[in-house]
Amino acid sequence: MKKTVLNQVHRDLGARMVEFGGWDMPVQYAGVIAEHIAVRSDAGLFDVSHMGEFEVSGPDAFAFLQFVTINDLSSLVDGQVQYSALCYPDGGIVDDITLYRFGVEKYMLCVNAANIDKDFAWLQELEAQRNGNYQLINRSVDFAQLALQGPKAATILGALTSADLISLKTYHFCESDVAGMSMIVSRTGYTGEDGFELYCTPEDAGPLWQALMEQGSSQGLVPVGLGARDTLRLEKAYALYGHELSATILPLEARLGWITKLGKVDFCGREALLKAKSGGVRRQLIGLRLTQPGVPREQYIVRSAGRDVGQVTSGTMSPSSRQGIALALVDTAAASGDAVFSIVIRGREVSAEKVKLPFI
Amino acid sequence: MDFPEELKYTEDHEWVLSEGDLVSIGISDFAQDQLGDVVFVELPEVGDKVEISKAFGVVESVKAVSDIYAPLAGEVVEVNSDLPDSPESINTSPYEDGWMIRIKPDDMAELDGLMDASAYQAFIEQE
Repeated sequence: MKKTVLNQVHRDLGARMVEFGGWDMPVQYAGVIAEHIAVRSDAGLFDVSHMGEFEVSGPDAFAFLQFVTINDLSSLVDGQVQYSALCYPDGGIVDDITLYRFGVEKYMLCVNAANIDKDFAWLQELEAQRNGNYQLINRSVDFAQLALQGPKAATILGALTSADLISLKTYHFCESDVAGMSMIVSRTGYTGEDGFELYCTPEDAGPLWQALMEQGSSQGLVPVGLGARDTLRLEKAYALYGHELSATILPLEARLGWITKLGKVDFCGREALLKAKSGGVRRQLIGLRLTQPGVPREQYIVRSAGRDVGQVTSGTMSPSSRQGIALALVDTAAASGDAVFSIVIRGREVSAEKVKLPFI
Repeated sequence: MDFPEELKYTEDHEWVLSEGDLVSIGISDFAQDQLGDVVFVELPEVGDKVEISKAFGVVESVKAVSDIYAPLAGEVVEVNSDLPDSPESINTSPYEDGWMIRIKPDDMAELDGLMDASAYQAFIEQE
C-alpha cells in the first residue's frame, strides 16, 4: 500500500488508518463527528497528498486540454482554478479534476488518487492520437498536499504567509510562501467552507503540517480524516468519483451540466453528450432526506410509487442536521415532479423526501 | 479500555450482565471504539424472542453497519428506549447508559460458554 509522507505523523496522532484507493490513509483521529463539526465551526487540517498532479505545458497545451476536458478553458485566466472532468468518447466520466492555469502555456491538473494511473494512461492515449507541441508530465510524486478548511482557515494561514489572502478569491491560487516554505496556495477545497489547498514538496509537508497545527490549535484547528472529508462533501452534495461519477455515468446525469460546455468546438465525449442532451438523460442525481430514522447507504434501493426507481450513490447521517441524507441516481421520470420516495433499508421502506441541494 | 470484571463477553464483542433471572446485553468498549461515532440503533421489541448467535439488532456508525448478536437465547423483557434518541451513549457509556436489551434467558447455563473479562481481553489482543 502507498503511504503519504505524513503517514507516521498520523500514526503518532493516534489516527485510525484505512486503505483508500491503494493508499494507507487516516479515516479519523478524535472521531468523525467531532472533526466534521470542527471544520464547520473552526478549522480542520487534511493530508490529501494522495491526490495526483499532472503538468501540461507548451504552445499546444491549451488546445490539448480544451480537447480532453469538458469545461471551457477559454474563460480561465492566469492564477485561476477550474473544476472540470475528463470524459470517454461515449460521455462516461474518466475522472473529475481541478485545472490550474499558471500561464497560457502551463497548466496543472489535480486528479483523484485512485485514478492517477488510469487518467495518465488515458491522456497519453489521447496524446498519441493528436500531434501537438506540448509536454504531459505526471508530477504526483513531486507534491504533497494539505487542505486547511473552515471559517478560521484564512486567519490561521494569514499569520504564516506573505500572500495577500484578502485578494485571493475562491477558485484562484498563487505561488507564495507559508512558514518560510514556497508552495502553491489555492483557495479551493472539498468541504463547502472557506479554505485552502497547499501544494508543497514532500520534504516540506511535515514542517508545514506542524507550523499550521501550532498556529491553529488555539483557534480550534484539528486534524481531520477521510471519514469527515466524506460527510463534509456529502452535506454539500459534491460528487465523489466511484460513487456519483463513473465510466458509466454521464456528467449530465450527475449534476455536472454546469461544467459540460457543449458549445465548445470539439472535446472528447462531446458528440455523445450532445446526443444525450437532446434526447434527454435516462437518470438524474437527486438529494433525498429521510423523514424517518435511519441511515441511507450506497447501493440501497430507492422506490417511488411502489417501483424501484434507482440507487443511493452516497449516504450518511448528516453530522450537522442529524438526519439521514443521500445522493441517489434515479430514473428521470421519477426525479421530476412531486414524487414521494422511500429508501429500502434492510428490507424495510423508510420514507424520504426529495430536497434541494446542497443539503446544508 | 475498560472491561468490567462482573461482565461476560462474546467473540462478537457483546457483553452480558446477569441480574437474577434476567440478563442485560450491550457492546463492549472495544466494539464501540472500533465502530466510531454511533449514530443509529435498531433494537427488537419487548416480547420478541432472540436466538443465540443470531442478530437481534443493528448499530450504525457514520461509516459502517454492524449486526449485534444475542449471546444467549431468551425473550426480550425490556429495551433501552433512550438509545434511539441518544445512540452516542454507546460510545460514551457502553456498559451503563449504552445497554441495549434485557432478556429472560431460556437457559442460564448458556452463560458458562462466554468469556470472562481476562479471557476477553486476551481474545481482543490476539485479534
